[in-house]
Amino acid sequence: MLSKGTGLGRRIPKPWLLAAYGVAVVLLLIAPMFLSDFRLNLLSKFLAFAILALGLDLLWGYTGILSLGQGVFFGVGAYSMAMYLKLEATGGKLPDFMSWSGIDKLPAFWAPFGSFGFALAAAIALPALLAFALGWFTFRNRVRGVYFTILTQALVIIAVTLFVGQQGYTGGTNGITSFKTVLGFSLSDPNVKTALYYITAAVLIGSFVLCRWLVSTRLARVLEAIRDGENRVRFFGYDPAVFQSFAFALSGAFAGLAGVLFVFHVGIISPSMMGIVPSIEMVLWVAAGGRGTLIGAVVGTLALNWSKSLISEAYPDGWLIFLGALFIVVVVFLPRGLVGLFGSAVDFIRRRGKRHDRIPYRPVVPEGERQL
Amino acid sequence: MKRRLSMLASSFVAAAMVLTACATGASTTTESGTGGSTTSNETGETIKVGILHSLSGTMAISEVSVHDSELLAIKEINEKGGVLGKQIEPVIEDGASDWPTFAEKARKLISSDGVATVFGGWTSASRKAMLPVFEELNGLLWYPVQYEGLEQSPNIMYTGATTNQQIVPSVTWLLENRGKSFFLLGSDYVFPRTANKIIKAQLEAEGGTLVGEEYTPLGHTDYSTVISKIQAAKPDIVYNTLNGDSNVAFFKQLKDAGIGADDITTLSVSVAEEEVRGIGPDVLEGHLTAWNYYQTTETEENKAFVEAYKAAYGEDRVTSDPAEAGYIAVYLWAAAVEKAGSTDVDKVKEAAAGLTFDAPEGLVTIDGETQHIYKPVRIGEVQTDGMIKEIYSTPEPVKPDPYLKGYEWAASLSEGE
Amino acid sequence: MEVWILQLFNGISVSSILLLVALGLAVTFGLMNVINMAHGELIMIGAYTAYVVQHAFLAYAPKASFDWYFVLALPLSFAAAAFVGWLMEIGLIRFLYGRPLDSLLATWGVGMVLQQAARSVFGAPNVAVTSPSWLNGGLDIGSGLVLTYKRLFIIALVLAVLTAMYFYIYRSRAGRNMRAVMQNRDMAACLGVSTRRVDAASFAIGAGIAGVAGCALSLLGPIGPSLGTYYIVDAFMVVVLGGVGKLIGTVVGAAGIGITSTMFESWTSASLGKVLVFALVVAFLQWRPRGFVAMKTRALDGQ
Repeated sequence: MLSKGTGLGRRIPKPWLLAAYGVAVVLLLIAPMFLSDFRLNLLSKFLAFAILALGLDLLWGYTGILSLGQGVFFGVGAYSMAMYLKLEATGGKLPDFMSWSGIDKLPAFWAPFGSFGFALAAAIALPALLAFALGWFTFRNRVRGVYFTILTQALVIIAVTLFVGQQGYTGGTNGITSFKTVLGFSLSDPNVKTALYYITAAVLIGSFVLCRWLVSTRLARVLEAIRDGENRVRFFGYDPAVFQSFAFALSGAFAGLAGVLFVFHVGIISPSMMGIVPSIEMVLWVAAGGRGTLIGAVVGTLALNWSKSLISEAYPDGWLIFLGALFIVVVVFLPRGLVGLFGSAVDFIRRRGKRHDRIPYRPVVPEGERQL
Repeated sequence: MKRRLSMLASSFVAAAMVLTACATGASTTTESGTGGSTTSNETGETIKVGILHSLSGTMAISEVSVHDSELLAIKEINEKGGVLGKQIEPVIEDGASDWPTFAEKARKLISSDGVATVFGGWTSASRKAMLPVFEELNGLLWYPVQYEGLEQSPNIMYTGATTNQQIVPSVTWLLENRGKSFFLLGSDYVFPRTANKIIKAQLEAEGGTLVGEEYTPLGHTDYSTVISKIQAAKPDIVYNTLNGDSNVAFFKQLKDAGIGADDITTLSVSVAEEEVRGIGPDVLEGHLTAWNYYQTTETEENKAFVEAYKAAYGEDRVTSDPAEAGYIAVYLWAAAVEKAGSTDVDKVKEAAAGLTFDAPEGLVTIDGETQHIYKPVRIGEVQTDGMIKEIYSTPEPVKPDPYLKGYEWAASLSEGE
Repeated sequence: MEVWILQLFNGISVSSILLLVALGLAVTFGLMNVINMAHGELIMIGAYTAYVVQHAFLAYAPKASFDWYFVLALPLSFAAAAFVGWLMEIGLIRFLYGRPLDSLLATWGVGMVLQQAARSVFGAPNVAVTSPSWLNGGLDIGSGLVLTYKRLFIIALVLAVLTAMYFYIYRSRAGRNMRAVMQNRDMAACLGVSTRRVDAASFAIGAGIAGVAGCALSLLGPIGPSLGTYYIVDAFMVVVLGGVGKLIGTVVGAAGIGITSTMFESWTSASLGKVLVFALVVAFLQWRPRGFVAMKTRALDGQ
């Protein structure tokens, strides 16, 4: 069998594992009873981010491709839904920012976003298509490793500059905001908020199960093989570009989906969420949790965002120093992330008495890069 | 074996949730724990107010001075005995130059800290992001910066200038005194684009001509091409709505290109004393600005304000229009609370209508209808010492008119509302 | 005609600035393969050094000598940024060789810390430096065309830095050691080269050059805590477009981006120009994934 990531699961008996999942799900279910409205809103937002992190983990942890452009896919998804919400809020009239910007008629490409179904489909399909198209050309031309990573930064710059510059169509730096209802339900109604929380949690659980299934298929074996030796896979007769593009498109789709849920909870999408800074932060969520372990992406997202919120509330004028230091510590001392830390702890405990079957750690670095 | 997930990892999530629950449970009982001293909403000794500006990120260069002046005003009011006999307790949050963060922190201030009001924001984008939160939770935001108008939320008090208190009169003054042909230069975002749309309509109505219009991305730092375009267009006036750091690059490079204030008049609406200090007075000497207040404004109140500001933050610090607008916002709120006898948002709003205050910029009055304030308009010229000298002022404070309803040529601008 | 000369001059000027900010990266990223996201903050350190030196001159030096503060500021900027770079290398980067993407994330954290530190030390607002009077004004080449001294100075500075780097890397013993370590670390170590010392020195030099860039940029642009963020992506684009591993690649990359962006900007607008340039870079890399000047290698997966 090929590499199995951090291989933690082997050491944990299945019933225990299922029990742990069960506890996690139950906690998600009862969270609204314990959390204030504000904290529940934050948790909803972080759960949405976790969906994005799952996709990024498939791409980075399993396929070995690091994208610093997830913010763009997230943004495209969020904007699609925001367009629907805006049209519903204005009730058929021209959105306010268009009239400020000298546009007197609804642009044609906005019209279909009046339908919820279309907006939702577009929010997932558009980022996936965009990612697939970019990936297809790029991977076929064998741009990889750090080159691909830097190329995705160019994508971010292009997208942000366009979204900011086309104010009449996108709302410019303000982005799109002031939503009122979704499918007729008021977004400010606490019950609707709780329902949206449950929807987000359900989508996250669904995404997680989907990802677990995906990584148990042969597809994931190929992706991991590409990560560990792209040319060897090519010599076996696979076309790595197809698989890489697919993984990239999948991560784009998850990012788009996360964007949709984000808009519901936060009520605004602006280009500032698509930029270089948030895109790098997204990668850090995965790195902090432990790449190549799906649960790590979720854990990392929740842990980092929660600490970011709390630290910035406690030290509003110095929190960046704490956060920056946290990033450094996580990357340097926890190369396998929080999940890896627990793995080591489990090993440590089991090593006493039993003959341990520790799997040597293999750094998740694509072959091409290792030789640099 | 296909499962590779760690039970411990999952239980970590579980633990995180439990901790969260505990933490929040705890915080709902004490209601505070952040943002300074943990005294007492229970005993009712203090009144909490939120201060929400970008203390990090690209906007920190501008917003920190407003943050400082608001804290100064709170300190002064507390020294005089506070409001309703209670001390004001500021709860500080960082908007981090990120608009969704502004929304998040505004929600936190209102719903979990239970603040009576919030002073905050700088960019239009941050205000637009906070607006739905304030409307949903019926909070009250005091927004202290000049902006592009066309807005009037029942939950926002605007203490900076709207367009007819800065841009429109300055264009009229330029047309009368400096020339007819305009070149519009701005950063590529909402305020400059909307402002320039208004200016273009005004130029058409008042006999000016437009010879060029350029927008540069936020954070743009090379203006050689733009300056070449300006040289080719030969305007009388460059009307500058650039933002933040771009101003530094533009003016430094304009001077190097041998274009001084004598060759082409530039008028800026986002360059105050603080920015002059960051660009260098030698670079900006003779260029014009339009604001409602300068550090040199001659009123008794201003003398006291400048003195107190320097005493609090250092001799080398300067005051500026937005800092002053933030300062008076706190005083206006305090006065409204005293008048209403309560911090309840609806009562405060009602009490605020028609309220007057002897501000450093002169007498200001809250217009109950628009929730903006009457302000005098001043054109100023940058001096070698970095101060701005007033060269024109409206005789009376100007009535705020965010939708420019009083201007015929502006009829088409505010459609779709 | 004059328009074209001016355009060309603008283009070369923009290229020279890009080259200056990218040269440091050409060493840390191009040769050492560390994705240093704190590169922009090293530039910021250089700019603040210029500011500090100026203040020192105002306070302690005779008035007549003020104009020469800049001459002192350049080497001090190099030293300050190189020192911070050296600290970064021995304290952090050292543990991350062979993990370029991890170095990206860790240095991003370093950048955040440095930005906030600058904000605490110098305050959040921008600070200003007065440029020396011998750099004010410009060279009049007739018919209203003025080539400003500052931009000419930066072009000259880039050429000087480039020459110095060339001699250091290709003509000195230290440079030979550096290239040896980059090409085959184990072999170099076997031959008695202290790879640790070479790594630290190379990174410090790359950082120092960023500091020089910051000092020079203080003539043209803002000096503030977020200064670095304006240049970081552009700098990476230059290095990637040019091709890593060779100085000449970085020169070609800077010239390519600088001149095309000036052209696009004068034809369209600054925003659209930027979009077009980055789109072109992406398209170009599809065609030549290794950039303009690629290192020849026989390794299938190598660079």
